[in-house]
Amino acid sequence: MLMISPKMASGVQEKQYTPCLLSFFIYNPTFGPREGEVRVTLLHTNKHHKNLKMMTKSLHTQKNRQFFFEPEENFWMVMVVRNPMIEKPNKDGKPPTIEYQEEEILDTVYGAVVRQCYCMYKLFNSTFGRAMEAGGVELLIQKLEKFFYRYLQTLHLQSCDLLDVFGGISFFPLDKMTYLKIQSFVNQVEERLSLIKYTAFLYNDQLIWSGLEQDDMRILYKYLTTSLFPRHSEPELAGRDSPLRPEVAGNLLHYGRFLTGPTNLKDPEAKFRFPKIFISAVDGYEELHLIVYKAMSAAACFMISASVELTRQFCEQLDSLVGPQLTLLASDICEQFTINRRISGPEKEPQFKFIYFNHMNLAEKSTIHMRKTASVCLTSVHPDLMKILGDINCDFARVDEDEEIIVKAMTDYWVVGKKSDQRELYVILNQKNANLIEVNEEVKRLCATQFNNIFFLD
Amino acid sequence: MVWKRVHMKVRQSAIRTFSSVCCYTSFTTVETVSYCEGEGRLVVRFPVSGQTSGAEPARCVRMANEHYLELKENPVQFEHASSVNNVFFDEANKQVFAVRSGGATGVVVKGPDDKSSVAFRMDDKGEVKCIKFSIGNKILAVQRTSKSVDFINFIPDYPHMEFTQECKVRQPLGQTSPFPPVPSVTLCVALQTKNANVLGFCWTSWNEIVFITDQGVEFYQVDRWRARRFCRVKLLFRCGAAGNVLKCGFQVFPDKRSLKLQKSQNINVNWYQYCPETAVLLLSTTVQGNVLQPLAFRNGTISKMSKFEIELPVIPKPAKLSLSERDVAIATIYGQLYVMYLKHHSRTPNSPGAEVVLYHLPREGPCKKSHVLKLNTTGKFALNIVDNLVVVHHQSSQTSLIFDIKLKEPDCAVNTHQPVLPARSIHPYRVSLSGPVVVPSQPPVPCQLYSSSWSVFQPDIIISASEGYLWYLQVKLAPMVHLLEDKGKLMDFLLRRRDCKLVILSVCSQILGGHEEAGLPVVATVFDKLNQVYKDYLEADQSYTAAMESGPSRGSTAQKRPVRTQAVIDQSDMYTHVLSAFTERRDVSHKFIIAVLMEYIRSLNQNQITVQHYLYELVIKTLVQHNLFYMLHQFLQYHVLSDSKPLACLLLSLESTYPPAHQLSLDMLKRLSTANDEIVEVLLSKQQVLGALRFIRSVGGHDNVSARKFLDAARQTGDQMLFYTVFRSFQQRNQRLRGNPAFNPGEHWGRPVGEGLAEVLS
Repeated sequence: MLMISPKMASGVQEKQYTPCLLSFFIYNPTFGPREGEVRVTLLHTNKHHKNLKMMTKSLHTQKNRQFFFEPEENFWMVMVVRNPMIEKPNKDGKPPTIEYQEEEILDTVYGAVVRQCYCMYKLFNSTFGRAMEAGGVELLIQKLEKFFYRYLQTLHLQSCDLLDVFGGISFFPLDKMTYLKIQSFVNQVEERLSLIKYTAFLYNDQLIWSGLEQDDMRILYKYLTTSLFPRHSEPELAGRDSPLRPEVAGNLLHYGRFLTGPTNLKDPEAKFRFPKIFISAVDGYEELHLIVYKAMSAAACFMISASVELTRQFCEQLDSLVGPQLTLLASDICEQFTINRRISGPEKEPQFKFIYFNHMNLAEKSTIHMRKTASVCLTSVHPDLMKILGDINCDFARVDEDEEIIVKAMTDYWVVGKKSDQRELYVILNQKNANLIEVNEEVKRLCATQFNNIFFLD
Repeated sequence: MVWKRVHMKVRQSAIRTFSSVCCYTSFTTVETVSYCEGEGRLVVRFPVSGQTSGAEPARCVRMANEHYLELKENPVQFEHASSVNNVFFDEANKQVFAVRSGGATGVVVKGPDDKSSVAFRMDDKGEVKCIKFSIGNKILAVQRTSKSVDFINFIPDYPHMEFTQECKVRQPLGQTSPFPPVPSVTLCVALQTKNANVLGFCWTSWNEIVFITDQGVEFYQVDRWRARRFCRVKLLFRCGAAGNVLKCGFQVFPDKRSLKLQKSQNINVNWYQYCPETAVLLLSTTVQGNVLQPLAFRNGTISKMSKFEIELPVIPKPAKLSLSERDVAIATIYGQLYVMYLKHHSRTPNSPGAEVVLYHLPREGPCKKSHVLKLNTTGKFALNIVDNLVVVHHQSSQTSLIFDIKLKEPDCAVNTHQPVLPARSIHPYRVSLSGPVVVPSQPPVPCQLYSSSWSVFQPDIIISASEGYLWYLQVKLAPMVHLLEDKGKLMDFLLRRRDCKLVILSVCSQILGGHEEAGLPVVATVFDKLNQVYKDYLEADQSYTAAMESGPSRGSTAQKRPVRTQAVIDQSDMYTHVLSAFTERRDVSHKFIIAVLMEYIRSLNQNQITVQHYLYELVIKTLVQHNLFYMLHQFLQYHVLSDSKPLACLLLSLESTYPPAHQLSLDMLKRLSTANDEIVEVLLSKQQVLGALRFIRSVGGHDNVSARKFLDAARQTGDQMLFYTVFRSFQQRNQRLRGNPAFNPGEHWGRPVGEGLAEVLS
């Protein structure tokens, strides 16, 4: 968590500490005061959680900030984050002065993180209430410990930003014909393997098709892109003789492989167990096996009712059916993508740093963020600027009207936020001597080139 | 037998149920099951008692039986052959001649229609060997001896009196005869070659005739204009043995005895076949008869095509005539001329069975052996061509096979074909005993099919001389549907048939009926095949239109407008007959319905065919019905449903159930770039007056827009600041445009703008 600031202030080395997680607990006040991380009560109503978007509440203190979130009735999730601080060494061997930067962290960002925690838990474990019903407090505690022990380590609070607020989905740009081919592929697979209830299709970690509803896809997408995919590096990118691709070597017909479940179908010891996920259904929740199958950059997620026992035979059938088709499709998409990029030319390539988000379809696009890796989400701009973006976002959230906010940051950057209907666009311009009019013109130009096919008011 | 009719109300599902019912029929009392295409119902008949039924509805396509060949209704009936009545058939005009007593008691000519039917009398000058009208019934040629042919003029606009002056005219026979006597100009044409025997003759146009003798070919023209005064026959060409064509000068033959002998060579013609459609004559030459010389006649010229040799299964020693006229037929298939040879194999235990060998006769270039049709059996065969299918009748099994030479056989050598379908007999046919006059009291009796008295003619004619019937053979596509398992192959097959539309559409409905039988890959294949034909037609039509627009004078070849065959199944056909009913079905999962619709749209896109709006509407309707809004959203996101104003309006209407539809609709209107007015209306209706104003300014329409609707909308919000802002904005516009902030009369909303403003601001 320690980060040495590149800034050297008057020859004295300062130590800057990023926000970090102090504690995280879940409790239920109706159960009464009892020590321990998890307090739950037997009183529980199985209620639908339609208002998940409700704001988390927060308590600001000098050192910490506490976030409260009640995802289910009487179940509170509390996250305590230590404010970022700067440690200034004192000359006379005195203990260093610590300066807490209370205003540096945004409620919206960390509030979203808490909500995400709950959603992620729910994706793999269903609701707290369900665990209570199934096995009482003990089971719930067990489940929570098992899940959050690992999950909290992956949070990386220091790199949370506006994108966590949005929790968006990045869609892969694709021409109509290739898209229809994918549709056709998905439909045919679902028909042949009628066990499959839902399918999602991704390419290059970007979504192309989701058979799940939007909210379920949103969290599954988060899991896939921040956890599952980064863990499986691309063995097909590695050399042919690389040890990374042992199972591929045996099968020259296609590049398909399971990312969940058996790593090698030919292994007689292979286990055909897949992670189970819970998605919302008309009557409560639906439990599903999650099969993620990948060929080159194309990944298909097949979801099968958890009541079905998955067998070796089924997996082999899926492998032989999907493998070759997905391999072909992946190279088709790649080819089409290259062609499209060549046609659109380099002038279409974004020269701006921007974040775009559409609340309606959760589409997000960022030229600020680098490729996500398992460990950290890198941005190409200074955290101060990211904070300005977050601030603008908070302002937008306050009113319904379309707005435009232009901020001149201290580092000569211009930050522009635009909100039109359900869309938000944030642009960072690095033009030292530009005036407001020029900045405005620049943003108009960006809209005309990048967003000419949507209704986005200037 | 009394038939109890059970009507089942069915749509496409009927066809699926049908196959199971069909199996049922063979074991139980159900007699027939038929599917009424027009009414969409299945008719099942049960024999109830021993009484007979009335006629079955003609519209029903009977499916219970699998007879895919039938004799067409309303055959040509004629007096059957007897000792006093000789029957002749002319393939060129498709006329049957019933010649009674050598013509003295009448010649009745029956053609395919009433116009071509004639009855007349002529003198009995001996036994008639061959009798044929020229095309259009202008001139009758009668051959009575092997040395000469007589002509009788039937041209109506020449008064018969004129003939009587110049030519020898038969006096009218008895007035009592029902047939009018014919004033015949009898012109006996003696042959150019001495000692030659006429094997036959063929009319190649209304006044051109070719004689085939055992020593060659002679081609004549009857001069129409001079026929008024005396009949002239012009010898155009004669073909000698070596194949050298000798051109002859204009010859007038006022007198049959003044024939001038031309230079001639001997040719050994065994027999001939003539294809009237293409005017190609095929001569069998050499001792074995297996070297065939085709000759083409056109516009009074004769051209020799390359001769070819037919491979005989056994070469006889010593050489003798081995290629029989019966085993060879000439016909056009898919617009190309073929010589079909029925190759019998010797009757050995492991004989491979007979086969039909097709030789392709191109207009130019050498003749090639192109296709081999495997019959897998031996015996007596006859050939017909129906709807470009080769039909092979097998007498001993009383069945027929069909072959489609365009159907690729994956597991056979390139041009070897197996029968498309299993062998079936022609559909049973009933004839009334009383002959041509229908007597209602007498029930029709089954007619014996595959009788040895049948004669088969090209392309599709079967004649029973002993019973006095001429039938046209036709294929019935509906029964084939169940006989051909491979739906892709079935579609290929159907798309090449003439009356295929309804059957294709019913197959489409059928494969969508249940996905146990035909899964999505099959559906995809079928759609692709349909749309390939559809696209080819659209492209041909487009290039024709383009050619017409660029000026018809340009381009050396005058383009013909492409013919829209029944195989062109467009989107509206699919929508009306298949898809709209399919999406209504409750017994099919919506997942499958959507998958099918998307598959159809994919197939259209793959063929670069613009998808019609009603298909999108169908997709949207189905998605909305099942609350699959997110799916719809994704389709729109990837522009799978192409932008259009109607689609945008449809989306707007969905806003109340699915709010994001509003955004989707506005985006679409924006992309259309011709719908700025609509965008303004949408925004104003949402009371987004400033947004509307900003938008209209951004697209440069501010100057021309009517201030009134903006002011109206602003007033309705009750927001005074907003109204003032809008008002000022238009005042400034007016100032800029006209130098005066005042509004034009009628531009404001009914009352003077100032007054309204005062009211709002107060």
